[in-house]
This record gives sequence, C-alpha cells and structure tokens, in this order.
Amino acid sequence: MADHLLEVRNLSVEFHTAVGVVKAVRNISYHLDRGETLAILGESGSGKSVSSSAIMNLIDMPPGRISSGEILLDGVDLLTMSAHERRRINGRRVAMIFQDPLSHLNPVYTVGWQIREALTTHGTDAAKAASEALRLLTRVGIPDPENALNKYPHEFSGGQRQRVMIAMALALRPDLLIADEPTTALDVTVQAEVLALLEELQQETGMAILIITHDLGVVAEVADRVVVMEKGVLVETGTVREVYKNPQHPYTKKLISAAPGKGDMHAPAARVEPVLSVHDVRKRYGSFEALKGISFDLMPGETMAVVGESGSGKSTLARILLRLDEPDSGRALWKGRDLFTMSPAELYKLRRDLQMVFQDPTQSLNPRMTVYQLISEAWVIHPDILPRAKWRERVAELLVQVGLGPEHMGRYPHQFSGGQRQRIAIARALALEPQLIICDEAVSALDVSVQAQVIALLDALRKEMGIAFIFIAHDLPVVRDFADHVMVMQKGDVVELGTVRDVFETPRQDYTRALLAAGLDPDPDVQAAHRAARLRRAS
Amino acid sequence: MTLVTNDRVILEEPSFARRMWRMLLADKFALCAVIFLIFILVLAIIGPTWLGDLATKQNLRGRNAAPFDWERGWVWWMGADALGRPLLARIIVATQNTLMVAAGAVALSAVTGTFLGLIAGFSSPRVNQVIMRLADVIMSFPSLLIAVIVLYILGSSILNLMLVLAITRVPVYLRTTRAEVLEIRERMFVQAARVMGASKNRILFRHILPVVLPTLTTLATLDFAYVMLAESALSFLGIGIQPPEITWGLMISQGRQYLTNAWWLSFWPGLAIILTTMSLNLLSNWLRIALDPVQRWRLEMKGHKYG
Amino acid sequence: MIPPSDFEGAMLKFVRTRAVASLISLVGLLVMVFFLSRLTGDPAALFLPVEASAEMKEQFRELHGLNDPLLVQFSRYVGDVVTGDFGESLRKARPALDVVLEAFTWTLWLAVITMTLVAGAAIVVGSLAAFRAGGFFDRLASVVSLIGASVPDFWIAIVAIVVFSVNLAWLPTSGTGSLLHWILPIAVLFIRPFGIIVQVVRGSMIGALSSAYVKTARAKGVRSGPIIFVHALRNAMLPVVTVLGDQAASLLNGAVIVETIFGFPGVGKLMIDSILQRDFNVVLAAILVTALAIFAMNLLIDLAYALLDPRIRH
Repeated sequence: MADHLLEVRNLSVEFHTAVGVVKAVRNISYHLDRGETLAILGESGSGKSVSSSAIMNLIDMPPGRISSGEILLDGVDLLTMSAHERRRINGRRVAMIFQDPLSHLNPVYTVGWQIREALTTHGTDAAKAASEALRLLTRVGIPDPENALNKYPHEFSGGQRQRVMIAMALALRPDLLIADEPTTALDVTVQAEVLALLEELQQETGMAILIITHDLGVVAEVADRVVVMEKGVLVETGTVREVYKNPQHPYTKKLISAAPGKGDMHAPAARVEPVLSVHDVRKRYGSFEALKGISFDLMPGETMAVVGESGSGKSTLARILLRLDEPDSGRALWKGRDLFTMSPAELYKLRRDLQMVFQDPTQSLNPRMTVYQLISEAWVIHPDILPRAKWRERVAELLVQVGLGPEHMGRYPHQFSGGQRQRIAIARALALEPQLIICDEAVSALDVSVQAQVIALLDALRKEMGIAFIFIAHDLPVVRDFADHVMVMQKGDVVELGTVRDVFETPRQDYTRALLAAGLDPDPDVQAAHRAARLRRAS
Repeated sequence: MTLVTNDRVILEEPSFARRMWRMLLADKFALCAVIFLIFILVLAIIGPTWLGDLATKQNLRGRNAAPFDWERGWVWWMGADALGRPLLARIIVATQNTLMVAAGAVALSAVTGTFLGLIAGFSSPRVNQVIMRLADVIMSFPSLLIAVIVLYILGSSILNLMLVLAITRVPVYLRTTRAEVLEIRERMFVQAARVMGASKNRILFRHILPVVLPTLTTLATLDFAYVMLAESALSFLGIGIQPPEITWGLMISQGRQYLTNAWWLSFWPGLAIILTTMSLNLLSNWLRIALDPVQRWRLEMKGHKYG
Repeated sequence: MIPPSDFEGAMLKFVRTRAVASLISLVGLLVMVFFLSRLTGDPAALFLPVEASAEMKEQFRELHGLNDPLLVQFSRYVGDVVTGDFGESLRKARPALDVVLEAFTWTLWLAVITMTLVAGAAIVVGSLAAFRAGGFFDRLASVVSLIGASVPDFWIAIVAIVVFSVNLAWLPTSGTGSLLHWILPIAVLFIRPFGIIVQVVRGSMIGALSSAYVKTARAKGVRSGPIIFVHALRNAMLPVVTVLGDQAASLLNGAVIVETIFGFPGVGKLMIDSILQRDFNVVLAAILVTALAIFAMNLLIDLAYALLDPRIRH
C-alpha cells in the first residue's frame, strides 16, 4: 500500500482541557503524492493544524492523545515508531515551516547557526554544513547571504525570515514540506513572492507540499487538491476547482460565499461640506518618516478605506487623528476646528464624536470588566449622555443592535468568541453616539465568515445612523464591498486616492496595480489567469 | 435592527469565590498551607491573652525540661527553656510579634512600592528616572548590614524593625509594578479607554491596577516569608526584637547557648519558622497559577479529574 | 554581521551609563551613611566607649572637628572617603580600610565558591525538572527547593553544628584553618539560594520549552539534550541571571549570620564585632566596600544580559 507518499487514515486526536475532553480532529483521512500540493482549509478551531502536528510528533502528550488512526509515510506507520526513529525522519524526510517565523526562529542564535544545525543534526559534517547554509540562503533569495549568515532573526524583515525558515526546512531536501499558514503574517506582495518561491522549489526537488491555510486565495494559488475541515471533521475533499465551482457541503458553500470582494461597489454621493479635513500631516520617529504629508477630506456618513502594507503609516495616521500620538505638523479640521490644537477640555468633548474599533478585540476589551461595565464606561466618563437609571436598558439595546443579547451583559470578554468580542467593541464605540468611527484593521483578526458578518454590521450602522468611517486595512478585497473612497498608502505617502470603483477598476499607480495583482482571488480560474499575467510581465 | 449570527454560544462560568475554592481543593498542598496559616493567624490573635502568663512565669525546677513528657500538661510537650518556661506556650505567644512585624513591613513596603511604581510607570521619563535611581540606591545597599546599623543607632523596637525591613523591600514592589504598568499601558484596552476620554486616574486605578494586583498579591505572599526570615535573623543577632518581647527568631538565639545539652530550645521555634515560610511559599505558588487566567486551567483540570 | 568595533563601542557606552548611574547611587549611600552617623544622636557617644567621660567626649569632638558646621564636616568626610581614608580602626590600631579589605577577601571567596556551586546545581536540576514537568524528578525537585527556600540559615547552621561538629565530630565548628572549615559555611549558604534559583530556572525553562522555536527544533529532529541545554536554556537564562545577581548580593551582605556562627573572619562578622565594640570607622568602610562590590556585580549582570541576548545589544 505504498502508492502514496503520505497517507493519514482515520486519525482522531483529543485534548484534555478544563471543560473536559475536546476532540480536536475526528476520524480524518487524506493522502498526498510526490510533487503534489494538498491544502487543508479551515477556520480557527477547525483542527486544521492538528494532523500536521501529529505527523511531526509535535503534540504534547498529555494533554493530547492520539485515540485512533495511522499516519503512513511511504507505507510505514509513523505512530508506531520509537521517538528516536521519528526524530530521524523530522527534518530529513519531513520538514515544516510555520506561520510566525519570528517566534519560530531561536532569537539568541544566528540564522547561519540554525540552518547548519538542521544539517549537522542528521550527520552532515561541519564544513559541508557551512557551505550548504550559504548555498541555501542564496537560493531562497536573501540579499548579501554571506553576511546574513551571521545575523540574528530580529535583524531581518518578516518576508526574509520566512525565506530563512524555508532554507532551513529544505536543507536536507525532504520528501514532504508542511507549511502551516506560511504567509498569514506577511504583506500581500511578500506573500505572493514567498508562495512563488515555494512553487519553484517544489519543481526543483519534486517534494510534496501540505499547506494549511484559512485563505481560499492561497488555496487557489498553490494547491492541486483541497481538504476542507470544520470543527475537527473533514467535510469535503476534491480538486481545488471542483470544490470551488461545485461545493457539496453547506459549510464549504458558506465559506466560499463569505469571501470578500464580490458584491456591488458603493457609488459615493456628491461631495458636500467635509466633516473631517486633513491637511499635510507629518510625523517622524527619530530618522524614520512615518507620515510624509497626508491630506484628505471625509464627508459625513462616508466610508474612507485606508489601505497599505506594514510600515505604510496607516496605523500612525489613526493614532494621530485620535490624539493618541502627536503629529509633527499639519492640521485636521473637525467641523472646522483643528483637533491638533484642542485643549484637554475640548478634546474631552471631541472624544464623544470620534471613536475607534481596534484590530484585536481580545486585547482591546479589559479582561476584568463585564460587558455591562465595558459599555457603560462611556457614560461614567461622559455622564451627561445618559442618566444612570437608563444605562441597563441602553446597554441591552446596544447589544441587540450589534447582534448579541441582553443576557450577555454580566459576562466577561473571554467567554465570547472573536467575532462576538468585536461586536462588543463596536457596541462600546456606539455608546458615545459618535459621528466618526476609525476602524484599525477591525476585521483582520477574524475568520472569513465572521469577517463578512462584522462588515455587514458596520455597513448597516453607517446606513441607519449616518456614521462616517475611516476603515484601515492591509487587504484590498476586504474594503471593496464597503468603502466609498479608497486611499492607498505606501511608506508614509498617499499613493492613490479615489472612489472605490476608480481604484479597483482603473488604478492609476503602479503600486496600486501591484497590490491588486498580488491579492489572491479565491476562484482558481481567475487566480490562474492572474498568475499567467504575472509570469508574462516577469518574462 | 437585528443581524443573523450563529455564534451565540457562551461559556458558563462560576463565581470568583467558588472558583478559587475549587482550585484550592484541587491543590492539596496549598489547601494544607492555607489551613496551617489560618491556624497560625488564630494563635497570633488569641495567643498572648490566652497563654501570656504561662509563657513568662519562671519555674526554676523545670529548667531545660526535655520534650515528649506526656505526663505533664500539653504546654510542656515541647519541653521548657532555661528558665523553666514551657516552650510550646512561648512559641504560641511569640506568634503575634513574629507575624505582626512581617505583616507590618510587607503592608508598608507593598503600599509604598506599588504607589511609587504606578507613578514611575505612568509619568514623565524624568520622574521615572528619579524614582528608579532611588530604587537602585536602596537595592544596592547591603540591606541586612544597613538594618543592623539603623537598628543599632535608632534603637530596636517593633516599629523600627518594621520600618527598616519595609524600606529594604520597597524596590521589589516598585520595580514589579513599574514593569507591569509600562507593559499594560500600551495594551489596547488602555488605548481604548483613552479614546473614550478617560482621565489618568481612571486609567491608572480602574484599568491598570486591577491587572497588576494579582501579581502583587503573589509577590507579597512570597515576601512575607522573606521578611519573616529577615526579622528572625536580626532578632537572632540580638539587634531585632529585645526581651522581654519574644519572637521565634529570638527564641532560637536564646536557645543557642544550650545547643549541646538542650537542642529543643532552638529546634521548635526553627520548625515553626520553616512550616510558616513553607506554607507561604506554597500559597504563593498556588496564587500565581490561580490568579493567572492563562494558567488557571491547570488547577481546574485537576479539580475535574479528582472531583 | 555586527562589526566587532561596533559591538565594543556599544558595550563601552553601556558600561559608562551604568557606571554613572552607580556613581549617583554611591553618592546617595555616602550621604545617608554620613547623616546617619552624625545626626542621630551624639557621634562622640557613638564612637567612644560607653564609659567615656564628658571631658573625653569634648576632646574627641575637638579632635575630629565635630563642632564645625555640618557642611564643612560633610565635605571633609567626602574628601577623606574619596582618597580612601576611612580613619583608624580603634580596635586594631590599623587603617580601617585595610582591616575591611582583608575581611572582605574572605567573604568574597565564600560568596564566589557558593554561588558557582549554586548556579551549576540549580540550572541542571531546574532544567531537568522543567523538561518532565509533573514527573517524579520534578516533584522531588519541587519539594527539595521549597524546603530549601523556606529554611532560616542560622537555624540550619546551629543544627548542623550540633549534628556534624558536636555529635559526629566530623567537621570543625569555626575558623578557617583547613578545607574542612569551609564545608559547613558553604553548605549552609548554599541551601536558600539553591532552593530559590531551582524554582526560577524551572519556571523560566517551562516557558522556554513550550516556545515556538523549540517546536521548530523538534521539527528539525534535534535531540532532547541540545533542545534543553542549547535551545531553551540560553533563552531561559535572563530571569535566572537577575535572581542569581540578587542572591549573590544578599550573600555578600547576608553572610553576616553564617560568618558569626562559624567564626569565619569575613566582612559580616567584622561588622557585627565592630558595631558591638563601637569601632565605627570600620563599620562605615565596610558598608561602602560592600556596596561597591554589589555595584560591580550588578554591572557584571548587565554585561551577562548583553552576552546572552543579541537583542539587548542593539
């Protein structure tokens, strides 16, 4: 039965936790051949990474336990092998790269040392390992590889670190590479480069790739076949095209329909008197210019999307508009008053009009306050909004408005899921009855299906209450269905500013075009066309 | 307006006290420690009024009486000291002073240190620098030696002893609080409070302090043990508590000269110190886990298994 | 690659800032010691034997300029201290500083030997306990370290004397004559720091062993030995080094008790004796020398941080 390189059969893994035994994966089976790429697609809590941890012997037992199944590598069951034998396979025949290369590289050793270790662990002699490490770094495209060998992980950028991880994983030419969300923490343009590198290396070595992802776009770009998982169960499997074009399971259907960037685009109303008018805002941190003169106008009830990769200055802009940080120069007129020169008393009043929703609701909600305390804190700080007698009633109203229930008032944030928490954060912002809400990556930490729901909620609030939004995101498709205007930022500059239709359909700037091209489309056919176009441009 | 949402499942959660109780039951060592500490605390409160006379009345016929003499009353079971006073009674009476000095010093240093730490972590870099240098100065004092000199010059009383011990422990709380504040003030929920217009005081006492408090509680428990040992060391050297007041440390010192023929004079008070500090260490270890939302599951899991 | 000159430059700057900070602290200490000795009561009464007559006290004041304005006294005191002049030891009729330095050498040896043993033993025991957290060895290590951290050293010292010197007569009770004399003091000083540091190492190592880079190492097929002692340990050492420093500092000044009990001629015993015999010049010199030693050690600790973690160097 050694016709597949890897075969996972009826694997079940459970974990002992505070709430009892949790079955992380139940009875899942899949297989993978040489030279093939299989994607495991799932959202958080789907157990998509568990089987790969089992392959690599990375599950801590206890609390984990493999309750049934076998994992065959070339027909030999890994689960019945001794720890010593498993170790001989790890790194040599099966290698792995991870989502967050910064924490997965040892911070106190040089990358050269870490790559050499991958080789010497399996018996390569030191001199050979040194020359191989140099060759590998050169191959994965690290600039100045000889010096890079002696650098520490924190001295590289995110994309370079992932390249280092890849170099380390491929040091011994493994038969199988497991990539666990390898590009999730990276900017879109870097993501495209890293995925392209993986494909090139696959063609060179003929290895099989098992890629674990939550992103339909990544699946469409790299995978041959896909396995869809939901809550520990394998719900659907097939070729990428089959599954996308003709999904069978309701969960797969939901996942595909939730992918952003397919609805109608907004057609913004004629521009009137702006509610916020930003002129030439600049900010530097030491020698680093974070903002190089940002100007834009925002109309009442309008949504301005600010899109840019890491280091573009988009979050700095948000912090400055909220006076969490002070600008070096420039003006921001809120209804004609410059909010940068406001006195503390004026600023205190302004806080009611200007609110913010943060990226990660786990961190933006005080873990030791109940939902009621979190939302009513707005009225403790601004007592003239609402008399205390009406607080309870109003909190209940707000919770219903954001899709939760009054019965959730006495709960603590950690009892909710990520999407629910972001709803609480939105309810808190609404408690002050603001006219502008700044959302800093407000949906990027959420699962795709939840993301769609939260965006729908924000859009509904905008329509019903006439709230204006500044919506900061690193991802273009997310803002397509929601924004009126889009501002593209790069390295502290505004690259392009226009209506959503203009930016998406007739981008004027190369950078915007590159950003759009690098974004991955969930439709494998569209994505194949993108790729062909990219290759044409490259050649 | 309502929105369709399918994730309305909420985890049920018991109340704080119930939860702590369950976690205490899950850790048998911590449970024993808590029972022992409550016992000691009761002794400290009622000890002097209950056995005060018995512990001070000399009985020259019973000098250095050996322990384990079951014929006599229970206060004699641990033997008697050089003046024929029952050791068990004396240990019970000494509990009050021993605990009081430690409790006073811990309370004083914890409150001062936390307050200074909050200020250092939340004000201008200059104020921060001044406070930190001050902490450096105190930290680099040879603390026990300073205590020796200060007590020698100022005279040793319970109050002076508390003060000296408190001063040497202030930097511990100061540094911990400051480090935590510096980290927590950058957290998103503090930023969110600022965006809502919350005042500095509100942010400091409503948002930051509650997050630091568990760490400080754990630290204070551990420190209680440390201060107790320091006090007993000073009393042992003869510059801490002075007779006729007694503490466990002083009792060890008084028994030292009879070591070879009456070991029990020093042994029992030493054992009392060990058991108390050990209980405090155990309690501190338990608190560290029980008050940490990330680690709490370890204890809760155990509770499930056994209960 | 970091050019070596750059690294050295950064280190030099670092050392300089620390030295300045330490200097400020030292001045603070100097001020405190001075005012403690001059303002709390009559210095003449402090410096002279109890039975000294009023006449002798007045003579003493005149001789040492104690009737001058306080500021004049302070500048003279600072001037003396800077030039290393702490006055004579009344008891030994030798310069106080010489007496202190002689005693300090003994204490330093005691501290260095003890801390080396503690660090080595605690790191190995704590690491192994963390590797199989919850296992038999871990539980044993936990109990031992807990007891170790809870025992008053003076109590252990006198119990040890009764058992090993009096009853078994294996080891001498006091002095420094032979190697045997070192065994009891070192053993007693070893216990508490060992207990405390094992707990810190264990906690820190559990964190490091569950970190992402250890997962990577396991995925590379690295063996358990190198994972514990190469990958995890170096990362786990930062908090350990801090506590090692604290413990070494408290050893430098906390050896008082053990030295007194075992009659070991270190700086702690010297101080207690000098206080009891009112040899105040020696006491002041001893405080400053010990403080200086603690500063030097803190500097070493900071350097150790920078060596262990490349992120701190930048």
